[in-house]
Amino acid sequence: MSYIPLFIILPLFGAFVLSLVRTRRFGDIFANIINLSLFILSLIIIRFGTIVYKIGGWEPVNGIPIGIYWVKDGLSTLMLIIVNLIALMSTIFSVNYMERFTEKNRYYCLFLLMLAGMNGVILSGDMFNLFVFLEIAAISSYSLVAFGTESEELEAAFKYQVMGTIASSFILLGIALLYSYTGTLNMADMARVIAIKNSESGILNSVSSISHFQLVNFVCGLFIMGFGMKAAIVPFHAWLPDAHPSAPAPISAMLSGVLIKALGVYVLIRIVFNITGMTPVFSNILLVLGTLSIMGGVVSAIGQWDFKRLLAYHSISQVGYIILGIGLGTPLGILGGLFHLLNHSVFKSLLFLNSGAVVYATGTRDLKQMGGLNKRMPVTGNSSFIASMSIAGVPPFNGFWSKLIIIIACIQANRIGFAIWAIIGSILTLASFMKVQRYAFFGPLNEKWKGIKEVPGFMRVSMVLLAILCIGMGLLLLPQVREVLLNPAVEVLENGIEYAKTILL
Amino acid sequence: MSEIVKTVSRIFAPLIIVFGIYITLHGHLTPGGGFAGGIIVAGAIILLVLAFGGEKERLIQERRTTSRLESSGILLFWLVGSLGLLIGGIFFLNFLGKGIPFTIFSSGIIPICNIAIAAEVGGAISTILLALVLFER
Repeated sequence: MSYIPLFIILPLFGAFVLSLVRTRRFGDIFANIINLSLFILSLIIIRFGTIVYKIGGWEPVNGIPIGIYWVKDGLSTLMLIIVNLIALMSTIFSVNYMERFTEKNRYYCLFLLMLAGMNGVILSGDMFNLFVFLEIAAISSYSLVAFGTESEELEAAFKYQVMGTIASSFILLGIALLYSYTGTLNMADMARVIAIKNSESGILNSVSSISHFQLVNFVCGLFIMGFGMKAAIVPFHAWLPDAHPSAPAPISAMLSGVLIKALGVYVLIRIVFNITGMTPVFSNILLVLGTLSIMGGVVSAIGQWDFKRLLAYHSISQVGYIILGIGLGTPLGILGGLFHLLNHSVFKSLLFLNSGAVVYATGTRDLKQMGGLNKRMPVTGNSSFIASMSIAGVPPFNGFWSKLIIIIACIQANRIGFAIWAIIGSILTLASFMKVQRYAFFGPLNEKWKGIKEVPGFMRVSMVLLAILCIGMGLLLLPQVREVLLNPAVEVLENGIEYAKTILL
Repeated sequence: MSEIVKTVSRIFAPLIIVFGIYITLHGHLTPGGGFAGGIIVAGAIILLVLAFGGEKERLIQERRTTSRLESSGILLFWLVGSLGLLIGGIFFLNFLGKGIPFTIFSSGIIPICNIAIAAEVGGAISTILLALVLFER
């Protein structure tokens, strides 16, 4: 019995059972057990190599796959670990935080559905299966954004839903065009067919060859629009600053921490690198979009006084770093991009959990009304200090190492302009988080908050664990440790369309 | 609603439900299947609720029932998929006997899946309708 389907089965089981059972204590314990076991599973599968899992036992006929494949390789292992880690931390945080909402079990049900969707997107090796899981995750996230059911939250959720549906229709159109062109939905088989047609049209160089490249480029354009909207890269980012702050804090952590990466960045790079093949044109598009995101996000963030909205704008900016690193296409750039993806998940979800703790204790998100909270809430204050220094890229913390690698990769690839923009973005990030620390946690204690207490135990546990990860994750770059987790992921992207051979055999 | 509407829906609702069940049970043989069958059954329920209305408390009770039906349907579907994993080691393995093609008891787990999908879809659509009927601000 293989471990792979358990990543989908367990969260779905949890969601379906929790939609039937109404006992609160049971919901807390059950959801946490499921997420803990998922995290442990994701650690267990590190030691396996590439696994191809065929649902229903449908073996390929004459080498052509007919069933749905689930594929676990280095890149999906990396994504699975980070998704399930952040999900575990968010559910631990939810035990206390969600006490104030009614229908807590419905919340866990939607949460686990979203998790199942994300795990499915990461594991799927079949284009349409991927789209179905993407919609499961996206639709549960729409309703989770509206979970508070205040007018502001409903408005944000509606906007998110409209934009998300437009993105999904672009993606569906792209998948339909690819399917009609290649005649298969299996991602590896698709890559094989496209590679064959590529070489054919190179030799013939006839009218049909032009239409081949036109079609592939058009589909890639659709995918960049669709997945760019899911990942909130700059021209497509308008929904994010409304949607992410409106959700309950653990959900904001999930959305900003992993959802935009699993649904947006991961699928985009999987398709561009492994199916259609990376070309210099796409490399340039990704570099420009990444740089636009870095600057657009951080410039909009600096003027914000709403704590969670500021963090949401920083998500746009940090996703820009990931796109910039991976868009370079060099091994070092990919390493930096993937490592930044890992780091950003950890520190951004920690920051959102911090903001949730502040809202839990004081009831406000306005930075101007806070002040001196460090004296009353030392755990929240100190962990948010660590996370702020991480996101700003201050040396001992994890964010520094990944940004350093991205900048070095830019310089190595002779893209010094992009490196300079990345450095400027990092400095502006530091400035904006100095502001957060100064107004929220340091300085004199605001009279209003004399009576507040530190948040309850479970919330503190998850914040402390994430803060420890922020300090320690730089160790992942040590040569022996890198062999285990980061290098296999980089290899998958480096191999490019050779991906098809490893899957189809 | 007027007497004409009530009479017509009283006559037609059982027929629609029977047709929905037929579509579901023959899902592996004829066009249609669990999704279409569930929608048709939910359509009959919508017809009855619109024609006859009902007390608010009773409708809330109904919504609880359809919501439970939905959850049980999806749980049954999950169970069928996972039994394949338990028995044969592969998720969604068709572990039952395939039978003779084009007879009602054939094609292994597919009819069971269709019934589960019909319960899920019918329950979900009725729950949405009842939620809209009961909606107030």
